[in-house]
Amino acid sequence: MISIRDRLIFTGQLLFTLLVAAFLIVPAILSMLAGVTVNYFQGIRSGVTLQWVIQVWELYADTIARSFVIALSALTVTLIVGIPAAYALHVRGGRLSRVVEEIITLPLAVPGLAIALGLLLTYGGFSDFRRSWLFILAGHVVFTLPFMVRSVMAVFAAIDVKTLDESASSLGASPWRRFLDVIVPNARPGILAGSLMVVTLSLGEFNLTWMLHTPLTKTLPVGLADSYASMRLEVASAYTLVFFVMIIPLLVAMQIFADHKRRQGAGR
Amino acid sequence: MPFNTFIRLCLLPLAMVVVAFFLLPMVRLVIVGGSGDLGVGAYAAILFEPRFRATLINTVMLAVATTASSLLIATVAGLFLQRHRFPGRALLVAMLTFPLAFPGVVVGFMIILLAGRQGLIGSITLPLFGEKWVFAYSIQGLFLGYLYFSIPRVILTIMAAVEKLDLSLEEAARALGAGPWAVHRDVILPALRPAFVASGAIAFATAMGAFGTAFTLATNINVLPMLIYTEFTLSANIAMAAALSVGLGLVAWAALALARSFSGGTVAAAG
Amino acid sequence: MTGGQGVTLRVEACGKTFPDGTRALEPITLDVARGETLVFLGPSGCGKTTMLRIIAGLERPDVGGRILFNEVDVTGIPIERRNVGMVFQSYALFPNMNVAENIGYGLKIRGIGKAEREARVAELVALTGIEGLVHRRVDQLSGGQRQRVALARAVAARPSVLLLDEPLTALDAALRERLRVELDRLLRTLGITTIYVTHDQTEAMMLGDRIVVMRKGAIAQIGTARDIYFSPASRFVAEFIGATNIVEAECHDGMLALPGGRLPIQNGASGAVVVMIRPESIDIISTEGAVLSGRVGDVSFIGDRQRLTVSGAAHKPLLVDAPNSLGIKAGDIVGLSVKPEAIRLLAGD
Ligand SMILES: Nc1ncnc2c1ncn2[C@@H]1O[C@H](COP(=O)(O)OP(=O)(O)OP(=O)(O)O)[C@@H](O)[C@H]1O
Ligand SMILES: [Mg+2]
Repeated sequence: MISIRDRLIFTGQLLFTLLVAAFLIVPAILSMLAGVTVNYFQGIRSGVTLQWVIQVWELYADTIARSFVIALSALTVTLIVGIPAAYALHVRGGRLSRVVEEIITLPLAVPGLAIALGLLLTYGGFSDFRRSWLFILAGHVVFTLPFMVRSVMAVFAAIDVKTLDESASSLGASPWRRFLDVIVPNARPGILAGSLMVVTLSLGEFNLTWMLHTPLTKTLPVGLADSYASMRLEVASAYTLVFFVMIIPLLVAMQIFADHKRRQGAGR
Repeated sequence: MPFNTFIRLCLLPLAMVVVAFFLLPMVRLVIVGGSGDLGVGAYAAILFEPRFRATLINTVMLAVATTASSLLIATVAGLFLQRHRFPGRALLVAMLTFPLAFPGVVVGFMIILLAGRQGLIGSITLPLFGEKWVFAYSIQGLFLGYLYFSIPRVILTIMAAVEKLDLSLEEAARALGAGPWAVHRDVILPALRPAFVASGAIAFATAMGAFGTAFTLATNINVLPMLIYTEFTLSANIAMAAALSVGLGLVAWAALALARSFSGGTVAAAG
Repeated sequence: MTGGQGVTLRVEACGKTFPDGTRALEPITLDVARGETLVFLGPSGCGKTTMLRIIAGLERPDVGGRILFNEVDVTGIPIERRNVGMVFQSYALFPNMNVAENIGYGLKIRGIGKAEREARVAELVALTGIEGLVHRRVDQLSGGQRQRVALARAVAARPSVLLLDEPLTALDAALRERLRVELDRLLRTLGITTIYVTHDQTEAMMLGDRIVVMRKGAIAQIGTARDIYFSPASRFVAEFIGATNIVEAECHDGMLALPGGRLPIQNGASGAVVVMIRPESIDIISTEGAVLSGRVGDVSFIGDRQRLTVSGAAHKPLLVDAPNSLGIKAGDIVGLSVKPEAIRLLAGD
């Protein structure tokens, strides 16, 4: 019993949603096409080519490699720093823990530009550090750490890890043993979700990185900005295409993971 | 090892990283901001110097417009997607959330492809109206770019909130005789308010601080992040750049803090 | 570390004030014999869990409080070195381990080899009746099965003290009743000194060698189930344990003066008194010659007997248990008799 009015409303909403989706997706498709088109101005009729991608590879392979190195390093650091911290903040509780949590989530609110400026003003004088990719890493760690900590803490809150911890301690396990045997294995979903987030964000980070990089420490997004400003549209598009190819699997993994979690949650 | 020692050890790496690479730089930023020609007056200059004030107002208005529009768009689309099941829905959702992890620069490029000199919109309007519409490099282009990265985030939050809505409330309202409009006005939209506040604050804070998009489109759009960047690099007015950064950080943080005190939940910006 | 099955346990002046100022326990002193099962019973929030956690080593008592296992002070020793076994109300089984790994975890921590561990796990699996489940993940178990795994895990490493915090509360009534019987058998088989926390008096009376009735962080009474049931030390204990009638009346010449008549009592008290009469110690007799009588209000069938309220006899309606065979309906006038020794004089509140 669907009235004509309901039909109209449905169609209207569908069209609207499709329009929004088109706004988001059409330019991405255009850029992917442009990256493999001989001449974008003439359109796809001018032929399909990989020459731009190859050119990007020749020009920018180092930025891609560096971005991966930085993303994986940021992941390593956030794992080592974030998981124990999430655990400690969760079991300790209390006001101090809330204050600490508030402080470490501040980098989400403070624009990257401000953080980068602060880092430059503080460490600009240490020229060896300033010139190395580790300087960029420092910024990425500050920026991605809250995602790891929150993601892990969310799991802890959901599984009552405090009681699990107490129960392991009643069986004779030392704090360190408990951490390895009980805490980390049960935090795995949060660790995985946090890791995907950290890597994705680090690979795409621009605001901080643009301020922190030197000509010798360019990352992928920095290279992208570079190519947008100075390269022909096809090369810029091919470079963007490379970025999409890298980032899409991560996004898909995140999506699958979120769906999986939702389904599990619904099953309970 | 006693438990308390272990807990302290767990927090030690965090403390080192956060103090060294976040707190210290922030303190330095605040100090430097007050140590230029104007002294502490640099902070007042953000509000009273006409050039800075105009930029601040411009940025805030742009962020407000972005927030309001993305909320509107995301609510219509989010409610629709969560209330109907149809073939292709999953694909549509994926398309709407796909740009979530695009950095600002890439978003800027997307806008150039849409509304730039060789853009899609121009090539459509040329045969239709006899002129090429090119607005990527203006404030409209920037607005479009901000919408581009806000919509996915806001849609995700709103869809999650709609999913959690208590259906029985809606049914109760209908049992009491409320029509579809009344149900939306009196039940659904009020129930979604925490999600609006949370995702709106994120959209606002992100739009305030967005640099990559403006940088890519950048010609002469006056927004705070661009102003900071030019003060820092071109004018070498480091103190003013620092003061402006502190101001920008405060506005963004205040928006999130305010939203959190309203919704009581967890509000955090992303990307 | 204190080893061996069953220790004597001494709680000495253990109070607890939480950092937020909540006074959860007044200083409490008590002794538990080797192999004894002591039950802490009391209403919600009276400090039972806090007491248990202090004995376990999860909380520290306020200054001056001490916990002794076999006369050795363990107050400063963290829980992981106290050799206790603990069953949590939520069971707290490790989701990342299967049933066998859960049960064997304490043994693994103690460095016991794989073969011995497996043998011990098999033994416990048999003892708790969960054969066939050893390779299951813990989220594939029913509530009752989880409870058994938690218990097996807690006793696997032969703890000195077994601590159970409302282990049956999360289960439905029928299962609770069955597991209560099983648990009783198991605790007696194991012979471990056991502290059991519950707010269910039936559970307490069935499982406890002795029961500690708690109220607002202090001990209201310690004694065997019989002591507590028949000779409650206070009105609070009397009311908390089982259905009861608390009667306030004047007492003269060994007789309790009630609106519906007079009752002889044993005690030589006089003046205003408070006494307790259990519903099952009141007999329904014919009104002729009855010293006390009243009118039947409600009649409710409670399974093996019926429970009446009789008004007019005392200041408040009395609860009276009568056999189902007795044909009684609301409105009947009945006579009541109570043996003098079934009327207990109560002190305080
Ligand atoms: N960590 C804590 N901080 C502050 N107060 C606490 C804490 N833990 C318990 N309390 C308080 O101490 C009192 C005793 O709590 P406890 O958990 O021991 O009660 P209980 O007898 O086990 O109750 P229940 O039957 O509900 O489990 C309560 O008032 C409780 O609110
Ligand atoms: Mg309790």
